[in-house]
Amino acid sequence: MPEVGKSGEVGIIFGINGSIVKVRECSNFVMGETVMVGEEHLLGEVISMTSKEAIVQVFEDTSGLKANEKVYGTGKPLSVILAPGIINNIFDGIERPLKAIREQSGIFISKGLNVDNLDTEKLWDTKILVKVNDFISQGEIIAEVPETSIIVNKVMVPYGMKGKVVSVVPDGKYKITDTLVTIELDDGRQEQITMMQKWPIRVPRPVLRHCPIQKPLITGQRVIDTLFPVAKGGTAALPGGFGTGKTMTQHQLAKWSDADIIIYIGCGERGNEMTQVLEEFSELKDPKSNRPLMDRTTLIANTSNMPVAAREASIYTGITMAEYYRDMGYHVAIMADSTSRWAEALRELSGRLEEMPAEEGFPAYLASRLAGFYERGGYVENFNGTEGSVTLIGAVSPQGGDFSEPVTQNTKRFVRTFWTLDKSLAYARHFPAIQWLTSYSEYLDDLEPWYGANVSPKFVENRATIMKILNEESELIEIVKLIGSDVLPDSQKVILEIARVIRLGFVQQNAYHEFDTYVPLVKQSKMMEIILYLYDKVKELISHNVPMSLLKKYDIYEEIISIKYDVSNDEIEKLDSYFGKIDDFYNKVYEEANL
Amino acid sequence: MSIEYMGLSEIKGSFVILENVSDVSSEEVVRFKSGGKEKIGRVMAIEGDKAVIQVFEGTDDMSLQTTSTKFTGEPMKIKLSEEILGRVFDGIGRPLDGMGEIYGEVVRNVNGNPINPISREYPRNFIQTGISSIDGLATLIRGQKLPIFSGNGLPHDQLAAQIVRQASLGDKNDEKFAIVFAAMGVKYDVADFFRKTFEESGAIDRVTMFLNLANDPVVERIITPRAALTVAEYLAYDKGMHVLVILTDMTSYAEALREISSSKGEIPSRKGYPGYLYSELASLFERAGVVKGENAKGSVTQIPILTMPNDDITHPIPDLTGYITEGQIVLERSLYQKGIYPPTSILPSLSRLMKDGIGEGYTREDHPDLANQLFSAYAHVSDVRALASVIGEDELSDLDKQYINFGKTFEAEYLNQGKFENRSIQDTIDLGWKILGLLPRKELDRVRTEYLDKYYVPDPSIVSPEKES
Repeated sequence: MPEVGKSGEVGIIFGINGSIVKVRECSNFVMGETVMVGEEHLLGEVISMTSKEAIVQVFEDTSGLKANEKVYGTGKPLSVILAPGIINNIFDGIERPLKAIREQSGIFISKGLNVDNLDTEKLWDTKILVKVNDFISQGEIIAEVPETSIIVNKVMVPYGMKGKVVSVVPDGKYKITDTLVTIELDDGRQEQITMMQKWPIRVPRPVLRHCPIQKPLITGQRVIDTLFPVAKGGTAALPGGFGTGKTMTQHQLAKWSDADIIIYIGCGERGNEMTQVLEEFSELKDPKSNRPLMDRTTLIANTSNMPVAAREASIYTGITMAEYYRDMGYHVAIMADSTSRWAEALRELSGRLEEMPAEEGFPAYLASRLAGFYERGGYVENFNGTEGSVTLIGAVSPQGGDFSEPVTQNTKRFVRTFWTLDKSLAYARHFPAIQWLTSYSEYLDDLEPWYGANVSPKFVENRATIMKILNEESELIEIVKLIGSDVLPDSQKVILEIARVIRLGFVQQNAYHEFDTYVPLVKQSKMMEIILYLYDKVKELISHNVPMSLLKKYDIYEEIISIKYDVSNDEIEKLDSYFGKIDDFYNKVYEEANL
Repeated sequence: MSIEYMGLSEIKGSFVILENVSDVSSEEVVRFKSGGKEKIGRVMAIEGDKAVIQVFEGTDDMSLQTTSTKFTGEPMKIKLSEEILGRVFDGIGRPLDGMGEIYGEVVRNVNGNPINPISREYPRNFIQTGISSIDGLATLIRGQKLPIFSGNGLPHDQLAAQIVRQASLGDKNDEKFAIVFAAMGVKYDVADFFRKTFEESGAIDRVTMFLNLANDPVVERIITPRAALTVAEYLAYDKGMHVLVILTDMTSYAEALREISSSKGEIPSRKGYPGYLYSELASLFERAGVVKGENAKGSVTQIPILTMPNDDITHPIPDLTGYITEGQIVLERSLYQKGIYPPTSILPSLSRLMKDGIGEGYTREDHPDLANQLFSAYAHVSDVRALASVIGEDELSDLDKQYINFGKTFEAEYLNQGKFENRSIQDTIDLGWKILGLLPRKELDRVRTEYLDKYYVPDPSIVSPEKES
């Protein structure tokens, strides 16, 4: 919580309109400064200034506020506290822990609460890594603190600081506010370093350099990993109308992706969904460490009925936390559900400021704000020599399910993976409802060497064949819609049949099935090979003039489709037997057709 | 606080502007006296010593000179006690039934406060409505917000009434339940229809009604659902009741918002609705739920009804609603014209909480797979119908003909049911399997093999499971 009146500046409320407050007699406020509004000390931020007045957006409900109440400046921009205690926690949009809020205000969130962002009383096991007379500089790791059973928090030298260590504390248990190391700067001043850092949320944390993208973020979802992968440090958007499974897909990614840390931002969405994540992630185990998923997860919950200005801030709060862990050398993935609600918060605030609207009432700076957000992702080398990444996955909720609306279109410019969720697939309960014809990933070329070396040399080629069959199917379906499938030549009926196998047996994935919910890349790759082997064999038979009607009598297709349920993830060697089954089928047909 | 101001500076639509006032707080309630009439208003914006006030009953008959204004210093509040059950109020909570004011045990701000997400309990208890298309395919869960997307002239009121009649709200008989009904801009007969339904089902003593009818002041409509939900929250979280809230018609509510927004001169977003329509709707719908707590044994379940303008589901009102609510039940005109009641268009209908409230231990083990299969098969029916409309039904393959037959039977037997027919969930699931029997087993790719073995019985009409003609 910022300290009241630290900058000494006090203004007077002149006007109130929803969450926007006009303040006068405050010429020394600075742009972006955090302020405490009114007698209840509601948290606000200066967003615009004229010679006469400052405009403040308030992060809490403003009802009951009066003109002439005081507004206290803090002299600091809107910042988050970064220290152990962030993981396995749930915050609102401005980093107030919801548990502490509940202790103060019960089942409902009231306003004007004064809670600590992080627990300042808790003692953390601390192992100091530097000694007296060491020279240390920004970003360097000076201590390690096991934050959860999975994540070790690394205490870093704050940015812009370097010097010689003059004293250190012994290993032991410390609070986040305790001094761990004292250093002497070049100019002779001494600075104390604690576990805690403060960082303004709207400013990206600096890095040494950006690295090229080389590794995929493995999610265990076939349609994503195989067909439209996202890279570690990459950006992806997930647009879809309501009921197409955006949140479900985000949950799957948060559960199964191989990032070290997940920051899940529920931005203007449903309260029950956050409860679900919280309940489910506390029970589910992380596949790598077999520890509860919450031990690698932070939730930011600013539900749709919470104040709109805090919703706007929640995205930045989340990404600043992600950058903090990236700086320690972790791979962090952010799920933002949904960026449209954030854009709408911008629109709402812009409307109250009476700014000139651009498309559909959105402010003209929508695109630059989106760009600013997505550019904070990336694969980087940190000042301390470690590599880390922030992968951004943003859900988009297009109005009326129409992808031509401004948020979807502007997002498309700044992301390189685009998973479009399709209503008709969702209606047929084909999940994940990622439409393969309109989705794309620009990371394929970047990731090709990795797939070749780590999965299978044929992986990328097979993927291309699968995509080709799906595309051909969609063209054929146009014809079938007009004249029925009976009139197609057998060579085209094969495409339809194999495409069906691909759709049902490969693309479709059951999130509720015990092992189909997460499929390792090796299995994905083998499944593709099996399907394509079947395709080759069936094509061969057709070329010997075996009629499709005969081929369709066999159960081989259903057998291949149910591989996903029949072969569990730890008996992948069983998959090889399917090649034999296809051969048997081939031989049988060969005999029956008297070739 | 008790200063009275004489006269107004400006009257504009449903707003009045007062100058030279002091100590006014945002959103506080204001009382006017004008020509012997009393009116209530609410402060919308403050600019220096100027206050913009929204007048609930409308500004008719108000004059610039003779209106006296008194600021109460309080936001819009409502008095609450258990006596509120069985009562009828107007849109802002004044008694309409001549039984006098409520003696308030507590007084609450109608705007409420957001529920802390960690205080919520994830809703899992299935509510049996006795309607196959809902129980089987878009299951209602206690604590859910599940709207009915309808159109003018469709039987949404009958459907909501049937849900009220048949829904077993409590687990056991000793659990207390209540119904809160909020009418916004509906006609008198519609409100009366609901009143009769409550009477017939014997629940009238457990119902609180808020009526803002079509000719009542538009501005009051903004308060109506908030007052209703404040009552619901009180009954659920203070008194431990299971509360079903029916909000009808949300379209009139959104229209009222637009009207007010435009008279305030705000920048419109889509179709003239204000940019904050989403936040406004969310502040209502998010008041559904189940919470953890010592006194909070109850739940608030919402069934908002909205009529889609021009039956367009992409219109901002249904669109934004769908993004907030946990699913939707969509009614379809063409089904209704075929004589099917309830005319549930099942493909766009959905219950997001269904997955965790059905299946083993809740309804029956095979329920999730069966529901998926019915959705997927019925989705295929629409493709086949499209094809049949081009090449004619006779030209279809045998399999496609079986699909056509499945579709017809599904609509006539599964979707269609009597307005007073109450089917148990067991019956609904068995009926689903019976109709799936019209399709060959090979086609049922969404159902686990074990359930197919256990429940699937092919209908005698599908003799040979040949795919090709």
